[in-house]
Amino acid sequence: MKKVKVATVWLDGCSGCHMSLLDMDAAIISLAQKIELVYGPLVDAQEFPEDVDVTLVEGAVSSQDDLNKLKKIRQRTRLLISLGDCAVTGNVPAMRNSIPVQRLLQQVYVEGVQANKIIPTDGVPALLKQARPLREFVKVDMCLPGCPPPAKAISSVIAELLDGRKREGTLAVKFG
Amino acid sequence: MPQKKLSVRIDGELISALEGQTILQAARANGKRIPTLCDLEGLTPVGACRLCIVEISGTDRLFPACTTPVQDGMSVTTVSPKLTQYRRVSLELLFVERNHTCSVCVSNGHCELQAMATEMGVSTVRFAYNYPKLDVDLSHPRYVLDQNRCILCTRCVRVCAELEGAHVWEVTSRGIHSRIVGDLNQKWGDAKGCTSCGKCVQACPTGALAEKGWAVEEMVKKNDNISSLVRRRGVQA
Repeated sequence: MKKVKVATVWLDGCSGCHMSLLDMDAAIISLAQKIELVYGPLVDAQEFPEDVDVTLVEGAVSSQDDLNKLKKIRQRTRLLISLGDCAVTGNVPAMRNSIPVQRLLQQVYVEGVQANKIIPTDGVPALLKQARPLREFVKVDMCLPGCPPPAKAISSVIAELLDGRKREGTLAVKFG
Repeated sequence: MPQKKLSVRIDGELISALEGQTILQAARANGKRIPTLCDLEGLTPVGACRLCIVEISGTDRLFPACTTPVQDGMSVTTVSPKLTQYRRVSLELLFVERNHTCSVCVSNGHCELQAMATEMGVSTVRFAYNYPKLDVDLSHPRYVLDQNRCILCTRCVRVCAELEGAHVWEVTSRGIHSRIVGDLNQKWGDAKGCTSCGKCVQACPTGALAEKGWAVEEMVKKNDNISSLVRRRGVQA
């Protein structure tokens, strides 16, 4: 049987959703036999591959870099899943949204520190005005809220997709 | 004079109700549950949240069950795809209006808004988030008012007026600018009318009103206490 190509992506989040993904205990072994993890923080691939079946995206869209990645991912993925509250609602990254970006950076990197009072610009992507959920930028096929989503919820969603089913709504999901 | 008995159908089932009862009261008296958020047993219903909307035969309009009186021969539908759709939209609009960040909320796991979203199968919101800049009033020695988490159900307003008799809370402004304020827009700590009884905190369905000193997920509301207090005192809502 041809393995299903799965990618995971980490945008503006804490990696807690990825931890939850790894937390599915023995279920991960049977899952590993059916899927090929082609991209993400857990594997080495540098470039997001073409023709991915399912991509789980953790985190909100906070920077221009996040947005570019997300657009590319959408083009190359059949099924895009918002994984966790940051991807679904904005969650904690969005708590900065009522503060202007320059004011925020000034507060954190200049007024908030004792030494090296410089706003970093080298090698870091520019922040967008606000951190916002994925579906405000691209089409999202499924949302799995939770902070983090329970491992069981993630594994059952993937298992259902592997069986060729998509049953959003039947699973008890919860924000937070 | 004894109350007149009325015959009503709820979801096809014939029940008897008393004249003057609302659809919600009649449904509950017959063991039928209608989803609610702003309603709290013992307080005057206001129809603020629109979760309890029902269909009534003979009209296309949807009616809030908590404020609509039963009429003889009325046929009410409480569950339908149309109602689910409208209830979901109501919840989604509540979520986008303010900053309901469940993961950092004292009421996470004990919140009626969050539980209702789960019950209605709301896994995402179709509208753009508003992300407004809102106040957190920490001036009271024991309690907090976080406007980010308020859904304007007005339970606090009603419990303060109807049960405590203090009339501290009220709603100022209109529409999306509406806010809960104490003692004609004083800081809570300066509100002289407040008796610090905490009924508003226990009545609040979300983390908008909370006791100080609790961390995330720790604030469990005892709003059953409000309802039982009303019953014991015999207050008529």
